[in-house]
Amino acid sequence: MSVMKRVSMIFRAKANKALDRMEDPRETLDYSYQTQLELLQKVRRGVADVATSRKRVELQMNSLELSSNKLDKQARDALSAGREDLAREALSRKSGVQGQLADLNTQYTSLQGEEEKLTTASQRLQAKVDAFRTKKETIKATYTAAEAQTRINEAFTGISEEMGDVGMAIQRAEDKTAQMQARAGAIDELMASGALDDVVSGPRDDIQAELDRMGASHDVDSELARMKSELSQGSAPRQLEGSAGPADGQPTQAAQPADHQAGEGQ
Amino acid sequence: MIVRILGEGQLEVDDSAADELNDLDRELEAAVEKNDEAGYRTALDALLERVRSIGTPMSADALQPSALILPQADLTMDEVRKLLTDEGLIPG
Repeated sequence: MSVMKRVSMIFRAKANKALDRMEDPRETLDYSYQTQLELLQKVRRGVADVATSRKRVELQMNSLELSSNKLDKQARDALSAGREDLAREALSRKSGVQGQLADLNTQYTSLQGEEEKLTTASQRLQAKVDAFRTKKETIKATYTAAEAQTRINEAFTGISEEMGDVGMAIQRAEDKTAQMQARAGAIDELMASGALDDVVSGPRDDIQAELDRMGASHDVDSELARMKSELSQGSAPRQLEGSAGPADGQPTQAAQPADHQAGEGQ
Repeated sequence: MIVRILGEGQLEVDDSAADELNDLDRELEAAVEKNDEAGYRTALDALLERVRSIGTPMSADALQPSALILPQADLTMDEVRKLLTDEGLIPG
């Protein structure tokens, strides 16, 4: 049999089962309305849960983005210092971080979709619950039990179908959120263990340590060169006029030849 | 007739479209029976696309039950199978 008809029959059967349990529909209306309000609460909580998950993924994406930028800068620093090996290491870590980022991005989009769907579902259910309440009050005020039965059937089946649909949406969102949380937890653990984090900050950042060490020795070299040139300037200032580099704080490469020249002049 | 797309809401579709929708639905059913995931995907997309293009969305506060209910696009074939059994995907 047709897929669309079978699905609708299954929804219908659920509604009929509930209708059969009703003795005086007017009394059961209030009970049903109560259930609808509970489902409305549930779908709203669902929206909030998905939003929380989405924000968590967003935070993780931000910190991975920072890692990636930092590794990129480290690679550049390493390259300009002539350390291709370090640059290569930084870039390979960056590519790992980028992989995680791409994965998180997919999750983020999926959560965003789930959030939108649940939000719309919650608005639709709200509108139907309001309509049901109005109908329920009219029926309770106007009709006998027997009349109410027929009057309520359609509305009840209609809202029951919506509730089944929303219930499914909540279930799916919960499953997705649970999956996301497991993955987000795994990334948090990775970060805590240092596998991702150690490239980012703190004393465990070996690339940065190497760059810092190189930077420091570079500074010492240029400082030395500057001092030497100052000293030689003091003794023979006129000889250095044509090569004023070192006094301007030029890099070591520029300072060294000047230094050499000054030495020769003596 | 009223058609519901799960997760999307209800649409009012002219009764004259019934034959066309039934043809598309038969393809969907055949794909599910043959366990043909690609065929299932194509058939479901075609069916949903058709309903969306000829249907008029019903107002959110409508309380009428639907004559036909369609799975949403991101439901897998396995999920549709579960949906077709009584203790399937519908809670309650």
